[in-house]
Amino acid sequence: MTAEPTAGNVVLRLTDVVKTFPGVRALDGVELEVEAGEVHCLLGQNGAGKSTLIKVLAGVHRPDSGHVEWLGQPVEFATPQAAMKAGIATIYQELDLVDYLTVAENIYLGHEPHRFGFVHKGQAQRRARELLGRLGHGEIPTGWFVRSLPAAGKQIVSMARALSHEAKLIIMDEPSAVLAHDEVANLFRIIRELTAQGIAVVYISHRLEEIREIGDRVTILKDGRTTAAALPARTTPTRDLVRRMTGRTIEYVFPPRQDTVDGPVLLEVANLSRAKEFADITFSVRAGEIVGIAGLVGSGRSELLETVFGARTPDGGSVFMDGREVPAGNVGAAVKAGMGMAPEERKSQALLLGEAVYRNITLTTFGGYAKAGFTDAAREVAAAQDIADRLDLRPRDVRPPVSTLSGGNQQKVVVGRWLLGHSRLLLLDEPTRGVDVGARAELYKVIRDLAAKGVGILLVSSEVPEVLGLADRVLVMREGRLVHQAPAAQVTEDDVLDLVMAGSLHAAEDITMTEVAP
Amino acid sequence: MSRTEVSPPAVEGPPAAAPKLGIQRDGLWRNVGLLGVLVALFAIGAGIRPDLYSDPDWVVNNMLVILTQAAAVGVITIGMTFVIIGGGIDLSVGALIALSGVWATTVATQSYGPGGMIFCALAVGAVAGSINGLLVAYGRLVPFIATLAMLVAARGLAAQISGKQTQVSRDQFINGLATTRIAGVPMLVVIFVVAGILGWILLNRTTFGRRTVAIGGNAEAARLAGINVKRHTLLLYALSGLCCGVAAIMLTSLATSSQAAAAELYELDAIAAAIIGGTLLTGGRGTIVGSMFGVIVFSAITNLFAIANLPTEVQNMVKGGIIVLAVLIQQFRFSSVSNLIRRRTP
Repeated sequence: MTAEPTAGNVVLRLTDVVKTFPGVRALDGVELEVEAGEVHCLLGQNGAGKSTLIKVLAGVHRPDSGHVEWLGQPVEFATPQAAMKAGIATIYQELDLVDYLTVAENIYLGHEPHRFGFVHKGQAQRRARELLGRLGHGEIPTGWFVRSLPAAGKQIVSMARALSHEAKLIIMDEPSAVLAHDEVANLFRIIRELTAQGIAVVYISHRLEEIREIGDRVTILKDGRTTAAALPARTTPTRDLVRRMTGRTIEYVFPPRQDTVDGPVLLEVANLSRAKEFADITFSVRAGEIVGIAGLVGSGRSELLETVFGARTPDGGSVFMDGREVPAGNVGAAVKAGMGMAPEERKSQALLLGEAVYRNITLTTFGGYAKAGFTDAAREVAAAQDIADRLDLRPRDVRPPVSTLSGGNQQKVVVGRWLLGHSRLLLLDEPTRGVDVGARAELYKVIRDLAAKGVGILLVSSEVPEVLGLADRVLVMREGRLVHQAPAAQVTEDDVLDLVMAGSLHAAEDITMTEVAP
Repeated sequence: MSRTEVSPPAVEGPPAAAPKLGIQRDGLWRNVGLLGVLVALFAIGAGIRPDLYSDPDWVVNNMLVILTQAAAVGVITIGMTFVIIGGGIDLSVGALIALSGVWATTVATQSYGPGGMIFCALAVGAVAGSINGLLVAYGRLVPFIATLAMLVAARGLAAQISGKQTQVSRDQFINGLATTRIAGVPMLVVIFVVAGILGWILLNRTTFGRRTVAIGGNAEAARLAGINVKRHTLLLYALSGLCCGVAAIMLTSLATSSQAAAAELYELDAIAAAIIGGTLLTGGRGTIVGSMFGVIVFSAITNLFAIANLPTEVQNMVKGGIIVLAVLIQQFRFSSVSNLIRRRTP
């Protein structure tokens, strides 16, 4: 190893890194330069390639081409262990700790202090206590199961593990996502102490105000490319940051929007709340209207959709269809009232992958085709075939297993299922996830056509342009709150991104103001 | 390794070449295989005892003996197949047979005649099965735990009711079932076959069967499609319990008595039979015909060992080997055979 890095020295340099997966160019020329003792922020929308980049650095993925230079040496980490050994530690969003091992055992997992092949428990405990002390958390009992610690505590254990490997670079993937407000302050204190010791931190967050507070420099990724490298974190205007994240290369093709929607109100959601997920959500959807919800992962949007559909039970508030209240937490009642949902995880939540396409299409309606409990396969196939024709399913044959279809066609199967059931309100959660660009335009057309026929649509998407291009009206969610509602024509992508991300600063101000008020 | 994350689902061959009835075809091949095993067992028997196997009357009779011995386990295996396809497991079936049988042969129940005894056995089985279902579906107990608890408790209750005594059945109708023949076929075999046919129809031709496959294949998808997963799960365990009631009557008839220790380890036979018949332990896939073949194969092995005068210890070792072999074949041989066929038929 080279000499201890001192502040200002470049420890990590990535040049033109490319990583492709079948059908996706996840990284397409990434540049990144991290100096010792700095907090380097990575910024980008969902799917911009941040996660892939982290995995390349952590030795999980190997880049197809490009150079990774670590402490002045070109490197290629074959395994996560190799990256760890070289001094790059990664703290993932889903902390990779073992619940039923103790704090000390977790910190030294895989490199336990040992003597004659036996784990030296006392030494592990003692060193773990030292590391936790260095992080200002000597009070965490090293003998406890990690399971009994709160999220913030687990994060500190992860960091102690990083220190136990004598990491010179710690990558943190949205560390604040699991933390409460005051815990974030503590996280920042720890980060400052780490950087004061010359350790570099790569910090990933969606929250701009955090980046302003803790970051030194910012690198922005978009569609797998670095669009801006090493901007000053504190002084770059928000507009600039947002623009560099959003300037599009993928062209979204949306069918023309219908004029005005004046159908009757179909769905009304009143003061819907669910602890720790979302609070006090009120909105409505008209027949023939497409309402889009924009928000980040974790903003409560998917949970909201599932609650409206009865798949989760709300703590408060009500859902009405056609003016009648729908019983809470009852999917059957929601379906009966005319709702249908295409959930976020198509494969795990929507499809019977080994079953025939037609059986997936008739999954909610096969009872209706049955006579006295006996299913009628011929009528089911015919009905499914009709749906396949209407949605232009490819291949058109509905008898092979649904697993043989592409992502976009699988999504059509899920949508078709509800069409067959004459659902009048469709809840679509990330309908184009895992669907390639060409097939997206087709799905957009399907969605628009449905709306034109009077079906109400409530759509959730991480991709702001998709929400804006498809929806008649846009709702913006942030941290479980509905922060904005407007006709889609009246908002721009920048506005929405501002609301989705930078706004949490305003939210914090709101909280302090209400506290001050008598 | 890392590529699996974003790659599309593994598809064997181009979509166009996918079999129209892929699942059924795999099931068919497995059943052909099990039939082959039966033929092989027959051949081995003929090799060991040519004197017996040369007599056609003896051969036919011996086949009926094999089926008769398979009948009671066969009926509970059909219920078990439904539970396993639905994503669960029922360890309590042996104990429920004992409980139903003991309850149906108490002096008090016998006073109601054969109708009362049959009703009692079916009701006890169905109610106990429903309790399993309630615990699993609404109590959110892991099926393994819930039915294990039922196994222990039901045996305890059976011992309590019978006072650990063997209860003799004095009912001529019940006792006569085992000796009655319809067109030369023993009544118990008829019951087994009828149960199999009903089970096949229920699984393949009714909404009940469709829901079973759906919740076993992907419970979350079924729930989000509006299927009442909890109620259906309850019904599956109730069905399994009902099958136990039927089996209890059959065993009582065979032994003309019931006892708390009856049908010991039948749960393992039923699970093993379902698995070698091609039912996926993770749920979502399985066939009634396969399960019936599974039971018959086990029964034929027992029969062969009895004929060859071999010790039962060896017999159990062979059964264990067959289970492992069946699953291994399922994983390698059949998948490659059916792939081969897929490739040949463009």
